[in-house]
Amino acid sequence: MNKVMSNKWIIFLYTFPALLLIAVLIVVPLILSGYFGLMDWDGIGAMEFIGLDNYIAALQDSKFWESTLHSFLLALFSAISLIGYLAVALILASKIKGANLLRKIYLIPMLLSSVAIAQLWIKIYNPSNGMLNSILMWFGVDNPPAWLADPNIVLYAIFIPIIWQYAGFYILIYYAALKNIPESLIEAAKIDGATPLQIALKIKVPLIMNVFKVTIVLSIVGSLKYFDLIYVMTSGGPNGASEVMASYMYKLAFSSYDFGYGSAIGFLLLIITLIVTVVIQKLTKSKDEIQY
Amino acid sequence: MNLRKAITLFAVLLVSVVMLAACGGGDEEKESESASGAKTVKFMHLWPEGSSAQHYKVVNEIIADFEKENPDIKIDLEVLSNEQYKDKIKVLSTSDELPDVGMTWAAGYMEPYVKGNMYAPLDDIIESDLSDSFVSGTTEAFAVDGTTYGLPLELNISTIFYNKKIFDEYGLEEPQTLDELKEIVATLNENGVNPIALGNRDAWTGSMWYMYLANRLGGDEDVLTKAIEREGSFEDPALVQAADEVQKLVDEDSFVQGFNGLADEEAKSMFMGEQAAMYLIATWDLPNFTTNEDVPQEFRDSVGYFKFPTVDGKGDTNSYVGGPGVGLFVSENSDVKEEAKAFASYFVQQWGERAVTDVGIIPATKVNVDSLDLPQMYVDVLNDLNSATNITLYADVQMSADVAQVHLDMIQALFGGEITPEEFAKTQEDALAAE
Repeated sequence: MNKVMSNKWIIFLYTFPALLLIAVLIVVPLILSGYFGLMDWDGIGAMEFIGLDNYIAALQDSKFWESTLHSFLLALFSAISLIGYLAVALILASKIKGANLLRKIYLIPMLLSSVAIAQLWIKIYNPSNGMLNSILMWFGVDNPPAWLADPNIVLYAIFIPIIWQYAGFYILIYYAALKNIPESLIEAAKIDGATPLQIALKIKVPLIMNVFKVTIVLSIVGSLKYFDLIYVMTSGGPNGASEVMASYMYKLAFSSYDFGYGSAIGFLLLIITLIVTVVIQKLTKSKDEIQY
Repeated sequence: MNLRKAITLFAVLLVSVVMLAACGGGDEEKESESASGAKTVKFMHLWPEGSSAQHYKVVNEIIADFEKENPDIKIDLEVLSNEQYKDKIKVLSTSDELPDVGMTWAAGYMEPYVKGNMYAPLDDIIESDLSDSFVSGTTEAFAVDGTTYGLPLELNISTIFYNKKIFDEYGLEEPQTLDELKEIVATLNENGVNPIALGNRDAWTGSMWYMYLANRLGGDEDVLTKAIEREGSFEDPALVQAADEVQKLVDEDSFVQGFNGLADEEAKSMFMGEQAAMYLIATWDLPNFTTNEDVPQEFRDSVGYFKFPTVDGKGDTNSYVGGPGVGLFVSENSDVKEEAKAFASYFVQQWGERAVTDVGIIPATKVNVDSLDLPQMYVDVLNDLNSATNITLYADVQMSADVAQVHLDMIQALFGGEITPEEFAKTQEDALAAE
């Protein structure tokens, strides 16, 4: 195998198809969308070059900044929820009864498509027939909120299914990482008289810190460009109360037929995500590599 | 080791070949098409067999008849569902590959296509083949600067449908004025019945309520259309007052709880599940209230409709909010433009009667009611159409796409009580003025 890997041609042959795909499907459209952002274009007729006008308009567009704020709120909530996922994974990995079954149950939301999840939660949130309000009324709440209609609540109401949707994914990652910790370390700690809590917080968590950092980046980047549930459940409404960057971009390009402006927003979304990713990686960088 | 190397090389080559073959696929298809002798007209429509079985069947029958009468023309059909259709047309238009005949929406939707010289003018066939066959006001919606670019297929007017059973139970009568409607709402609320089903997540639903109030308050003058066409202002007193009336209706709990978060489909299922007494929708839903076997007979029998009432003694109940749905366009850059026009014209002539009897939609072409065996509600609607004094096209269709988006957002904000009627009017006036 080493011989194969030292041959430059073989390396090229292995990586070229994937590189070509990435170039054609991702890099080229990215550059194009930055370019379209310089145009006044309705997506159909002729394009007109207008320089940076779209980008300047976006930076002064209060709706854009509002949707950016919503995206960052989602990122914050997703990042915080990682701690919950980690706790569940720690419990699952500590050989409790039925851990195997529970792990599979937690994975179920991952297997559902986003649209199915959205439809499910639309039913749950239905103000007069929904499960949630029926339960609240049963407990004696007189005027349960209209979850997806109230501009003050709607954003958080959608965060819940989003966080629920990805629970299985992160729990699985943490579970795998935790199972990778050598048993001898845990036994040694036990002999030294460490309590289960100490083992979890002082040995297990620090040992999977690298994995945890990767999931932070994954969840924040994923949140910033999040689109599916929001689009299906509210399409960003009412009146932009649940708009995020990606749904705002979609709305501009495909509902308002302002393709140039939509592309500019898309390009800004890319830049914002890039900056955030770099900052997080800088912040979470550690010097010592863990060796088992 | 050599064997392994050979296998990996082979695998890589295989992948590359498959990819290349996939890329080349498109070209081969084209060649086979041009090779065949007869002229091929590409036709795309948005009524797939799954969701619109009746539409689909009638379209196929018309195509079969056309091909029989014109043996040298072959129709190449592609069917997509609504949203996918919109997306695909948009993509095809950027690469100048629109189908020879396809479907389009009116006014604001088609404007960029017309400006981009994508649609062929159709006035010649309207004058020769189709003179006097359209209901007045329908082809106008497909005209830009006096030239018609689409042949309308559907026509819808909106009315308030209501549940007779619920109305009888509380001794209610069809309202003639907004005040009577408000009394009905109050009675229903006292008895714990949801008065009006509204799914305002889609916002065009709330827009219909607003448009009717504006129309009634504006009297004979179509103030809303004037404001949109920039002959008047959106800050017209009637338009502001209509917004105020909307908020009064909301304050009196006229609409189901949480309507701003409900889709139209959800509101419809509340009305059809007899959880709400009234529902303002256009006549495209008539089959659900008359012929659709999937809806319980008992419910269908209990549905009636009334025209939107007058407001403060103002307005004409024979003036409707509505408009044509989809229409046919012919591609300007088609290689077989004459054949495509012939097909579009043939399609419209055949569509009318079959549309109303087999599909259950109101066509944009005139239909002789007497010779057809139709459910009573259809006869009533068709008669109402004959005596209609005015049809105001849906605001979000009249407006250009980006102003329509502002309008829809403002409708949600207005119904949600986030803004005052004055702010509502001013924001839209600004958006219209900025164009």
